[in-house]
Amino acid sequence: MKRVYVQEQWCLGCHLCEYACAFANSGQEQPGAGGLDMSRALQGRAINPRIKIEEKDNISFAVSCRHCEDPVCQKSCIAGAISVKDGMVHIDQNKCVGCYTCVLVCPYGAVMPAESGQVMQKCELCTERLNGGTPACVAACPNRAIVFEER
Amino acid sequence: MSNKKATNEYQAKYAIIGNSAGAVGCVEGIRRVDKEGDIILLAAEPYHTYSRPLISYLLLGRTDEQRMKYRPDDFYSANGVQTLLGAENEVLEIDAAEKRLRLADGSTVLYEKLLAATGSLPFVPPTKGLDTVANCFSFMSLDDAQALAAAISPESRVLVVGAGLIGLKCVEGIAERVKQVTVVDLADRILSSILNAEAAEVVQRYLESRGIQFILGDCVKEFKPNMAMLQNSGQQLEFDVLVMAVGVRPNTALLTAAGAEAERGVLVDEHCRTSLPDVFAAGDCTQGYDVVSGERRILALLPNAYMQGDCAGANMAGQAEVYKNGLALNSIGFWGLHIMSAGVYQGEALVESDAQHYKCLFVQDGRLNGFILVGDVARAGIYTNLVRTRQPLDEVDWPLLQVKPQLMAFRPAERAQKLAARPAASSDLEQQKGDKA
Repeated sequence: MKRVYVQEQWCLGCHLCEYACAFANSGQEQPGAGGLDMSRALQGRAINPRIKIEEKDNISFAVSCRHCEDPVCQKSCIAGAISVKDGMVHIDQNKCVGCYTCVLVCPYGAVMPAESGQVMQKCELCTERLNGGTPACVAACPNRAIVFEER
Repeated sequence: MSNKKATNEYQAKYAIIGNSAGAVGCVEGIRRVDKEGDIILLAAEPYHTYSRPLISYLLLGRTDEQRMKYRPDDFYSANGVQTLLGAENEVLEIDAAEKRLRLADGSTVLYEKLLAATGSLPFVPPTKGLDTVANCFSFMSLDDAQALAAAISPESRVLVVGAGLIGLKCVEGIAERVKQVTVVDLADRILSSILNAEAAEVVQRYLESRGIQFILGDCVKEFKPNMAMLQNSGQQLEFDVLVMAVGVRPNTALLTAAGAEAERGVLVDEHCRTSLPDVFAAGDCTQGYDVVSGERRILALLPNAYMQGDCAGANMAGQAEVYKNGLALNSIGFWGLHIMSAGVYQGEALVESDAQHYKCLFVQDGRLNGFILVGDVARAGIYTNLVRTRQPLDEVDWPLLQVKPQLMAFRPAERAQKLAARPAASSDLEQQKGDKA
C-alpha cells in the first residue's frame, strides 16, 4: 500500500503541505467548477490541517498519520469509530464522540480534533477527494520532502 | 456453524461470554488466525455490541443507539459468530473440566476454548433506607441510561453519589436536562482514581462554573425516599432522582466458582489465560500485567479490554501472542475541558499549571512513569508511548519533551524510523508482536 513518507533532510519548512491539506479538506476545492483557489479559500482563516510541521533551529519535518498496520488508535477507540480499510486507517466522524482516546494513544501525535472540537480528524490520504491519487500535501511539496510511495 | 439440537445443546470450537470490547477483541483476534472455527457468543443483554462508555454521550444527544454500536450491523455474520443474547442465555456455570457452560434456560454449550469477558458490576454500598428510594439508578449499561433518561425532567433535583469517572460522565450527560445536580463523594477530591489534588481542583472549579455542586469528604448515612442524610456534615439533601456511582467491582463470580485463581480480579497471564485449562479472560474482570508497575493490576479500561480480548483470541486459535504492555489510560472530557492520565504516579512530579491548565509528569529512574494533563492534551500519545515502551529518557531530548510532546525530541535516526520507514505496527505494540512466546 502507498503511504506518505517524510524525508526531513529535504524539508524546507515552508508549510505549503499544511495549506494544501487545509484546502483539500475545506470542501472549497472544485477545480474548474467555480471553486476558489487556495489562497482565496484560506484567506484570513486559521487553518487546522491534518499534517503539521515541527521545526526547531534548522530542522523541520511534517507529521501525519502513519497508517499503522496494527493501529493502536483503532484498538483503543471507545466508540468503534476507527477502522482499517484496505490498509488505510479511517475515522468515522459520524460515530466519533470526541473522547480524545486516540490522541492519548497515537505514538506519533498524528490525530487531532476537527474544528468543532467534538470529533477527531487525521490524514486519510485524500481518499475522499481523489480516490487513490497523490495526496495534496505530497503534490504541494516543492522539494519532494513528502512522498507517496510503496515501501 | 454450530449445530443446534432439540435439547439446546450447543457446541462450538470457541465460546465467548460477554459482548463488549473484550468479547469483540476476541472475535477479531480469533479471526486473524482462524477464519473457519465456529464461535458462539453469549450475553445476558439482548443488544448488538455497543460501547458502554458512550451512554453519557447518548444522554447528551451526541450519539444515538445506532451510532453507538461498537461494530457494524453485520459484525456477527461477517465473522461467522452465532449469538445467544438475552437473559435466557446468561451463563450460570462454567464446568472447566467438562468444557461445558450451563445457561439460565437450562441449555448447555460445549466448547474447546473459552473466553470470559464478564466485565464489572456497579458496587452499591449497603446503606440504610436505600431500598426506599424509588428513583435509584446505576450508570453502567444502555438500560441504565434509558431508565435514567425516562426518570429525569427539567424540574429534577439529582443526587449523584460518587465523583468518579462514571458519576461525573453521568453528570455531564444529564446536567442540561435537569434543575440541579449535587455530587457527594467520600474522597477529598473529585476523580480521585485518576487525578491528584491539584488537577482535581482545576477540574472541580470548571464543573462548578457549569453549576454542579460538590460535597466532598462525606457519604450518605441514611436514605429516606427523597432525602439523603450525610454522615460527617449532618446535611440533609432533598432529591428527586438518585444515581449510585460509587465504583465498580470486577465481575468474577462465574470464573471463581469454576475454580479460577483470583485476587480482586481474575488473574491472567501474559497470554490472557486464567489458571483453568483452555479458559481465557479479558477486560474489567481480570487482573493482568501492568507494564509500568510490573504487577498484575485491574485495568478496567476499554482499550485494555479490547487488546486483552484480541490477544486471547489469537491464542485460543493457536497463535502464541503476548500482551504485557497494558497500562492505566484515561481520556475524559467535560464540556470541552479535556483530561488525560496514564501510567502510575510514582517518582518526581514535574508540574506546570495555571488557572485552566495543569500538567504533571512523573519521572523515576530516568523513565516516564505516568502523567496527568488537564486542558492542553495535544499529542499526548507521544508521552503515552514513552510510558508504555519504558524508553530511557536519556535517549531523547527530555527538556524539549517537557515543554510539549513532539517528535523533534527523538534522535534523527529514530525519527527517520518513525516517519520515513514502513510502519509495521504502532511502535508501542511492536514489542508485543515481536515478543512471541
